Amino acid sequence: MSIASTSVIQIIPRTRRGVELLLLVIAIAVSVGAYVNIGITVQNAVPASTGYYAAGIGLLALIAHFALRYRAPYADPVLLPCAVLLNGLGVAMIHRIDLGLAIVAEAKGKVPKGPAAPQQITWTAVGVVLFLVVILVIRDHRRLQALTYTAGLAGLVLLVLPLIPGLGVNLNGARIWIRLAGMSFQPGEFAKICLVVFFAGYLVVKRDVLTLAGHRFLGLDLPRARDLGPIGIAWAVSLGVLVFESDLGSSLLFFGLFLFLLYVSTERAGWLIIGGLLFVGGAYFAYMTFGHVHRRVTDWLNPWAIDGGQVKLGLMGQSWGGILGRGLGQGHPEATLYANSDMIISSFAEELGLTGLIAILLVYTLIIERGLRTALGCRDIFGKLIATGLAMSFALQVFVIVGGVTGLIPLTGLATPFMALGGTSLVANWAIIALLLRISDQARRPQTPAAPVSDETIAMAVQKA
Amino acid sequence: MNSAIRRLAVAAIVLMLALMANSTYLQAFRANEINGRNDNNRVRDSQFSVNRGPILIGSTPVAQSKESGDRFKYQRTYANGQVYAPVTGFYSYLFGRGGIELTMNAELNGSDPSMAFRRIIDVISNRPQQGGSVTLTLNAAAQQAAYDGLAGKTGAVVAIEPKTGRILAMASRPSYDPNQLASHDTEKVSAAWKSLNANKNKPLSNRAVQELYPPGSTFKLVTAAAALSSGKYTPESKVNSPAELPLPQTTVPLVNEDGKNCGGSNSATLTIALRYSCNTAFGTVGMALGADALNEQAAKFGFGARPLSELPSVATSQFPGDPNEPQTAQSAIGQFDVRATPLQMAMVAAGIANKGEVMKPYLVQNVKTPDLKTVSETKPESLHQAVTPQVASQLTAMMVDVVNNGTGKPGRISGVQVAGKTGTAQTTKERPPFAWFTAFAPAEDPKVAVAVLIEDANIPRNDIAGGTLAAPIAKKVMEAVLGQ
Repeated sequence: MSIASTSVIQIIPRTRRGVELLLLVIAIAVSVGAYVNIGITVQNAVPASTGYYAAGIGLLALIAHFALRYRAPYADPVLLPCAVLLNGLGVAMIHRIDLGLAIVAEAKGKVPKGPAAPQQITWTAVGVVLFLVVILVIRDHRRLQALTYTAGLAGLVLLVLPLIPGLGVNLNGARIWIRLAGMSFQPGEFAKICLVVFFAGYLVVKRDVLTLAGHRFLGLDLPRARDLGPIGIAWAVSLGVLVFESDLGSSLLFFGLFLFLLYVSTERAGWLIIGGLLFVGGAYFAYMTFGHVHRRVTDWLNPWAIDGGQVKLGLMGQSWGGILGRGLGQGHPEATLYANSDMIISSFAEELGLTGLIAILLVYTLIIERGLRTALGCRDIFGKLIATGLAMSFALQVFVIVGGVTGLIPLTGLATPFMALGGTSLVANWAIIALLLRISDQARRPQTPAAPVSDETIAMAVQKA
Repeated sequence: MNSAIRRLAVAAIVLMLALMANSTYLQAFRANEINGRNDNNRVRDSQFSVNRGPILIGSTPVAQSKESGDRFKYQRTYANGQVYAPVTGFYSYLFGRGGIELTMNAELNGSDPSMAFRRIIDVISNRPQQGGSVTLTLNAAAQQAAYDGLAGKTGAVVAIEPKTGRILAMASRPSYDPNQLASHDTEKVSAAWKSLNANKNKPLSNRAVQELYPPGSTFKLVTAAAALSSGKYTPESKVNSPAELPLPQTTVPLVNEDGKNCGGSNSATLTIALRYSCNTAFGTVGMALGADALNEQAAKFGFGARPLSELPSVATSQFPGDPNEPQTAQSAIGQFDVRATPLQMAMVAAGIANKGEVMKPYLVQNVKTPDLKTVSETKPESLHQAVTPQVASQLTAMMVDVVNNGTGKPGRISGVQVAGKTGTAQTTKERPPFAWFTAFAPAEDPKVAVAVLIEDANIPRNDIAGGTLAAPIAKKVMEAVLGQ
């Protein structure tokens, strides 16, 4: 039969490490190019720090690459270059804002603050070290399942840390930071990873009961009332984050993650609907009850009313960028508050334009979709859930912060992954990429080879079917 | 499980697409609106640093950007700033723009769509944005004469080339020095702005187009035009012209300025009535024609429509809405609620001079790219045929008579026949009357039409008359245009 020869595609597992190396070289070249470009346009010279920057980003990327060759040869080849590109461009933009702020300070006769870019490169190094630790130490992600409840507890503690008096600090109206030994951390970024591990481990065990028991209503499979406990707890915790830490973004992120994993593990859309209603209700309640939430919403509805508001300044910067952008070093991104952290996407939109912004969003989309591809290919439920959770945390986080900066939704204080100035977030994101790569290595690695199947046996099987 | 993951993958893409769609809307479609916001310092700063194109008269810049070496890179400087300020306007970091600097901003800074191609070339070749040049229609000699003529007075002058509508002079005094507002020293600029705005003589206002005045007897040209156009009158028609004309519905009569009848007659011809500017004669004619006919004739000369889109806040001259009979009589002599800008009265004279055809007035001759390619060239455009050529020549003859034998004698130029009309508009007892003179020359082939308004000349009230005060200025301006 002719069907036989066309209907079977032999998948030959390949490591694709060479492709990764090529993509890495491109990512490094683009980042270093951006850095040099900024120096030329702002200071009329190739920056003296180019060597330091190029060596830093390049070496770190290559170390990560060789670690993968050594310990996770079948890992996804696209994730690492995407992360390096975003990280590299982020540092370049932070450097650009450093230069812009220095010029502004000089014009006002003040002493400029120390540059933030070297600090971010240091944090990149820390992030890559954590990446290596994850790749080298966690040889099999399934071992994490043993830590389910430990991770859950750790996640909760990390979430609550900023509320401890003397430790947590209020920044930009949200209480999601802690200050320790003179440095600021955003424990929520690590709480995210812990909670994904916890949700995954918990749902692996509970998914059967959550899937099978229940009744149909209006064409939807709804869960039993007594199974609503976990979702209730997750809802209450995320609402607590919203109320006590004033952070709509984190709240949406944690609850959204739980919902997505619940949905994936049970395949019941009913959970999404219940969860969605709970979230909308909770958010509406918070909007009506709490001044800071209310203010975020009114700021979003009319950003123009606030003189010097960061959203307003950011929107002006983005508009000024237009379709093609002012060109790196040729806009005024430093005119926006938090131009190198919360609003870094706005800085890119101003200097690289809509074109550059969409390119960056596509790189994020690649990470998300490669993460979900990893989940699809993963052979164990726990790994599937973790990969889904990590990929979707990226999606939610990018949506919440970029949506806030571009005026699509109210602005909240989530970090722009890999780009925004801030050590905690950067390091946590490197850990996330490492975990995804670890799972993808397992997913793409060939199983112990089965006995070769001849074309004839397949043809017979097809005929029978 | 995998089908749920696939659905999430789709959902994630939808989220990313929503972000891209929103940013596309913002950066591609709303950008112009947001860039144009007043509080947008980013755009202001960057436009302020652009090598802005010059405003030229002929090939001489009256406004240009020179390298400043400070953070804004260029300093806008105005040559003869006071003289040209009503037209050029100013370009200030703190207080925005005025005049041509405002209305032609996109052309001057090079952001106009007509220069898009050039801008793309600039982007590709990495040249900084450079603005285009705007050439004005002004005649430097006429402008200077107009400005000098207004020395010590409060008033305005407009001169128009009747055949095309090109504005040859537009002066207003007191004026201001736009260099003061364009300075990069923000404290000095603030102080200058404050004092200019506090000045009760309104130096920032361009009186030639932004302020409305009762046109007084110069409006009799419109009444005469309506009368001749109606077919019921000729220049020789005799009309009732006593020293005092009783008006219906009121006890206040219409009187002639000198308290006498019209040139020794109680029944003067229209020509004589115009020569001596007899109020009672034109009041009679106005009532006979009716308000609608006057209104229609005024509209044909440009009343009721905003002229000159090339300057900001240009006022629209008005004939009153629905006047009763005595109000119509008052309106016919340019009193009551008739209001006109000096530009409008110059358009009346120019229309008569151009065989009855009123040309659309314009200030911008052309716009060119920095490499001197013409982006746009203004073509003369007809506004209305206000009167027939026959009526126009009758009116011209009557205006010649005014200058040769009547109130307009101070406007005469030796060797050139001038046609003109004076005006002295009373408003209240408290303020001096407005002195007007509107004229064109040479009468047989007009090259220039001019209107002069004096709001205040710091002289005794009784000495104020359009003929003595305004006509000599008009004469100087016309001489400048005619090269004498």
